Amino acid sequence: MYHKNPTYRVFYLFNIAFLVLISVVCVLPLLHIFAVSLSGKSAADSNLVGLIPVDFSLDGYLRTFENSNFLSALRISVLRSAVGTVLAMCVTVLAAFPLSRNSREFRGRNFYVWFFLIIMIFDAGLVPHYILMEKINLINSFWIFILPGLVNVWNIILMMNFFRALPRDLDEAAIMDGATSFQIMSRIYLPVSLPAIATLSLFTLVGHWNAWFDGMLYMTSPDRWPLATLLQTIVVVQDFSKTGIRFEDLQTLSNRSVKSAQIFIAMLPILLVYPFLQRFFVKGIVLGAVKE
Amino acid sequence: MAANAAPKANPGTGTTARQFAATWRLHLMLLPAVLVALIFKYAPMPGIVIAFQDFKPWQGISGSSWVGWSNFELIFSMHDSRQVILNTLIISCLKIAFGLVVPVIFALLLNEIRQMGLKRSVQTLVYLPHFMSWVILGGILLDLLSLEGIVNQLLSFFHMQPVMFLSEGNWFRFTVILSDLWKEFGFSAIVFLASLSGINPALYEAAEIDGAGRMKQTLYITLPSMLPIIVVVFTLSLGNMLNANFDQIYNLINSLVLDKGDIIDTYVYRSFQEGQYSLSTAVGLFKSVIGFIMIGGGYYSAYKWANYRIF
Repeated sequence: MYHKNPTYRVFYLFNIAFLVLISVVCVLPLLHIFAVSLSGKSAADSNLVGLIPVDFSLDGYLRTFENSNFLSALRISVLRSAVGTVLAMCVTVLAAFPLSRNSREFRGRNFYVWFFLIIMIFDAGLVPHYILMEKINLINSFWIFILPGLVNVWNIILMMNFFRALPRDLDEAAIMDGATSFQIMSRIYLPVSLPAIATLSLFTLVGHWNAWFDGMLYMTSPDRWPLATLLQTIVVVQDFSKTGIRFEDLQTLSNRSVKSAQIFIAMLPILLVYPFLQRFFVKGIVLGAVKE
Repeated sequence: MAANAAPKANPGTGTTARQFAATWRLHLMLLPAVLVALIFKYAPMPGIVIAFQDFKPWQGISGSSWVGWSNFELIFSMHDSRQVILNTLIISCLKIAFGLVVPVIFALLLNEIRQMGLKRSVQTLVYLPHFMSWVILGGILLDLLSLEGIVNQLLSFFHMQPVMFLSEGNWFRFTVILSDLWKEFGFSAIVFLASLSGINPALYEAAEIDGAGRMKQTLYITLPSMLPIIVVVFTLSLGNMLNANFDQIYNLINSLVLDKGDIIDTYVYRSFQEGQYSLSTAVGLFKSVIGFIMIGGGYYSAYKWANYRIF
């Protein structure tokens, strides 16, 4: 038995220590930012904060929530994440079900497979996309955050493979009873696909919450930006000329503890949903992605 | 495709009209996705012709003059665009290499842990950075890695020289590759962990009886069993050869490290901002075509060597 081998035991202990260290390293920067966000201005600015807040203060958060730009960006982000995720999941599930039928049962399947494969591997690029959005008058519209991302071929594939892994005996009885494809999908496939749906919802939600480039590219006025775009200009570019932020707010916004508070607020929704959906996604991904 | 499907009554036989009558609901279900794809993915594709034009926004695609391949000739004659392609290749290839090796090793090490609670906790923590955006992480890294940042404070505590992680070209590349690895290694390990849990335990028992230690078991059972999925992940990642990650680089780059850190996507966006629409599209098209070949080749090899099908 190798478990009882002394060399292996030494390795085992080192392995545990190493993996614990690695996982701590993965969250340490996040904890540090959290500590800075709860620290007083002077302690934060002079880099005295490690993992524990110094002169505890909620000032960073109070300043952030006093700022109207931040609040409107937060509202847009919440709205786009909610609407975008629900609609995208509807489109994904609806598309995945027909594709999960085999090509004898659904003759058009191969055509659709190629139709989606092409957009998965070839993309028109930035400028043609921008020209299109201008032509169909979506620049500065909220729907530009939702519509272009509704079809995610990769998600459709994951969902389709999940459907395929379900035993086909499930729907045979329903077919006998004369159920339509819609009924089979909604009454039989959907209830047992919760892990996959939870997984893809998490990915889509996180994608929407984190998306910043579309806001910057397609929104000419900063009051239509989602939170991630606003954060990008405040924290990363540190360019306030375009943000429409008043000069008085500028001092406070560039303050290190305020910045950290903003970063933390942007992480918070992910930190909140992640533990609940986390247990699903390993199952969801694995069933969807790995097949022999 | 459906070699194992036994012949059975199915509604799809007969004339096209009868078939459609039997499956119109399936077509209807695909309709939303097809419409969105047509409008937002297919409709912009003809727009790539502006790579062959001297595009002026006020003249539109139909009104701008054609210039043939000259935009492409420009790309390959300009020093900075060649440097940008080189940067992209260096950064993405190193990312692909480390992004393959580290998750495999991590999965192997994690697989040894027998305490389920500990294993779960480690997994939960290492997956987390994957869900953070590069805006958030960029903000954090700029803060941590600045000259007065906590990392440099730590270095000076050990009497080491401060490092300009984000403002010196080679250190910038190092930071970009390491931070990408830090963000993604846990999440990339998921598929390897899954393939590990699929290995037949009887193989290990047999090896145990033959007197193989854990090292030998890993070498002769675990690694060969993982090989197909490693091949799949590697071949699919080849499609990212020209994708060094716009989000990450754009949020970390500054004018001091443009020469070593600028990649195709950031270059395209900058040319777009500067109003060089045709040049930007030409670079983008070059990237798309090479990417198309790499991804297509990757999928083909994954199918051939590891019997992996995407659809």
